Amino acid sequence: MSAETPNRARHDPHATPDAGHGERVGVYVCHCGHNIANTVAVEEVARWAGEQPNVVVARDYKFMCSSLGQELIEQDIQQLGLNRVVVAACSPHMHEKTFRSACQRAGLNPYLFEMANIREMGSWATDDREAATQKARAQVKGAVDRAVHQQPLEPLYVDINPNTLVVGGGIAGLTAALELANAGYHVYLVERDSSIGGHMAKLDKTFPTLDCAACILTPKMVDVANHPNITLMTWSEVIAVHGYVGNFTVRVRKKARYIKEDLCTGCGTCVEKCPVRIIDQNFEVGLGYRKAVYRNFPQAVPKYPVIDTANCTFFQRGKCRACEIVCPTDAIDFNQKDQIVDLEVGNIILATGYEQFDARRVPQYGYGRLANVFTSMEFERMVNAAGPTAGRVVLRDGVTVPKRIGIIHCVGSRDKNYHEYCSRACCMAALKFAHLVHERVPEAEVFNFYIDIRASGKHYEEFYHRVLSESTHFIRGRVAEVTDAARGPGEEGQLIIQVEDTLIGKQRRIPVDMVILMAGMESRKDARQVAALFGLGCDYDGWFTERHAKLDPVVTMTEGILVAGACQGPKAIPESVAQGSAAAARVAGMIGQRVMKMEPVRASIDAASCSGCRICNTLCPYHAITFHEDRKVSEVITALCQGCGACVAACPSAAISGAHFTRDQVLAQIEGILWDARQPEVLWLEPQ
Amino acid sequence: MENEFQPIIVGFLCNWCSYRAADLAGTARVHYAPTMRPIRVMCTARVEPEFVLKALREGADGVLIAGCHPGECHYVEGNIKALRRFTLLKAMLRQFGVEDERVQLVWAAASEGKQLAEAVDRMTEQLRALGPLRWRQRVLGEQPVARHALEVEMGD
Repeated sequence: MSAETPNRARHDPHATPDAGHGERVGVYVCHCGHNIANTVAVEEVARWAGEQPNVVVARDYKFMCSSLGQELIEQDIQQLGLNRVVVAACSPHMHEKTFRSACQRAGLNPYLFEMANIREMGSWATDDREAATQKARAQVKGAVDRAVHQQPLEPLYVDINPNTLVVGGGIAGLTAALELANAGYHVYLVERDSSIGGHMAKLDKTFPTLDCAACILTPKMVDVANHPNITLMTWSEVIAVHGYVGNFTVRVRKKARYIKEDLCTGCGTCVEKCPVRIIDQNFEVGLGYRKAVYRNFPQAVPKYPVIDTANCTFFQRGKCRACEIVCPTDAIDFNQKDQIVDLEVGNIILATGYEQFDARRVPQYGYGRLANVFTSMEFERMVNAAGPTAGRVVLRDGVTVPKRIGIIHCVGSRDKNYHEYCSRACCMAALKFAHLVHERVPEAEVFNFYIDIRASGKHYEEFYHRVLSESTHFIRGRVAEVTDAARGPGEEGQLIIQVEDTLIGKQRRIPVDMVILMAGMESRKDARQVAALFGLGCDYDGWFTERHAKLDPVVTMTEGILVAGACQGPKAIPESVAQGSAAAARVAGMIGQRVMKMEPVRASIDAASCSGCRICNTLCPYHAITFHEDRKVSEVITALCQGCGACVAACPSAAISGAHFTRDQVLAQIEGILWDARQPEVLWLEPQ
Repeated sequence: MENEFQPIIVGFLCNWCSYRAADLAGTARVHYAPTMRPIRVMCTARVEPEFVLKALREGADGVLIAGCHPGECHYVEGNIKALRRFTLLKAMLRQFGVEDERVQLVWAAASEGKQLAEAVDRMTEQLRALGPLRWRQRVLGEQPVARHALEVEMGD
């Protein structure tokens, strides 16, 4: 505990360093324009800080992060011989790097710098000027007292393995894999499904250009399969991830296909002869059938089918073997087992995509209850020439062509009961559907029920106008209900859409033959498990959290783990492709460095103090602590340590110390931050 | 301010979730009681029980430990380790006669700025109702000495 009472002032900023420590601290309080200065008495905090023990100079400045602000620090370090720097400004997550670099330029070890967050956790969080100023003083005092105990640290360097793992074979993952492979780096592409292609493979046309999805996607899929730098692993799942940036070991389960890939020619005879026909809930979203041995679609990549053991007669009853009999190359192998493969990679790009919102969750729209209510993905399959109806727009009976079609926007999106966010792609998809209906069923009338039309993309608004001119009806208002309960003769046998048309201020009942629900996007059901597996964060809705929403959208808080595509938030194809490329560029940049600098925030064990109790051994989530049986002491493997400090806090002998978060540093910060809280009745207890 | 007791809370915020939640609260201009003084730790698992006791002894009226939600810990399960320690610490504090509300463990994801702000507000209200902790008097049994004289001296 400090011997000085808080009142002992040191007015001369250029006085000799404190005899006790010899530390010379410079304190810089930032105005951040008005952001801080409006709520915190910045000049007063700086003046007060200048009077604190060990503080040699304290200044306030308009923008500390500006080049002039940084130069101020650099000059003081050199001219006043500062050996500790404290900046009271924004969050360290914003500018810690900036100021650490400034210190380094002036020859001061960057870990002798400390930041007090008086903006995000101060001026922006309250209007109470007096309280905010007092809190800022406490934070500055805490930072100064902590800084005094900080030690110079040297960064760690690790080699970067040039191989990359891409998880997910949708358009984002494919793009990322191709970019990296083309740059000359090896990529492992792991896909859970039996084929790559993702959601895009199910689509017919893509907005706003209306080029066919298959025509632009399948060549990319083939490129991936044939690329010498890509190892494609479909029907595979990542089950464990160990290591750290540059050196991950990833364990992948290659599920048994029951097809020998080296013998299979992809002729499709087995699929043709398989006697089992089941509804395809995955690729055809329940609208079509598939066999027990199947490929998602004829152009699937890879071309090898897979056997669905839950529905295969042989696996269920031990008989049949039809596929085995007809296979011309003897490629069927009922005894195949799952394989476990370990991959060594330096970086991991997650492109695990999204799931469509389950429209059954909105009971008033009748999906699953009223036959002719379809989801957007069902309609997508229906209009696809390769889909279950060969592109014919028909009702659930498979023959009747609808004359009136209602398209309901924002199902599950922009709705407080389900998801507050906008799913981005559905407005444009709905416009595309309207256009496709006009194209396929020229006599049909189309009604779009929308809240707002979100057509913010290149050529999107133009496409909207094109659809408007095709005489689609646009009715603004959230649909209350879809019902088959007719109220009048004009409504019988039809689906009635009940809606308040907010542009004319009237309730309307619009009878239609077919309803399409534009179900939004949501995160995958296992997104949180995947996040836990790879050690990254998820937001409230289950989307993976990027490092910075605007400036660092493809990198996560976990070094070496990147995200691309709709797993990070709702996205259409162009954005997913852009993110895939961006993630690949980031990884290529990392590989190009060959070695990577890592924060030296690591634990270490003082062997002399270690009692060999081994409590820390099992606490470490990274297995970074080994026990030396011969010497009966534990040791931290620095490269594996991630610096959480769990072992530091648990060590009963205080033999473990966590660099940059040592006991001394935290205790000093607690004392400093509570400088004004010491109760008067105990002041007499201060050490003499 | 004159009449209303302003408690002081030391907040141990984990670098990955809760510190960012507090950053987000500020960025979103969510206003909350200016009573929480933040200390950044890499993980709640770094918070030694000693840190909490130290803060209370140094005059804090309460300590808030905030970490990632279970299952979302940046360090796999540091928050669960923190919870384990916290439970033991609470059992001890109860024996010292320290009310449960004074030391709290909350989960706040990086997106939950509002929730963290609400936790600070809620705790502030609870501490306001309880009044100052006065650890040294209450737990260490120390007697105030010349309190009146000191207050006069300290008065600003």
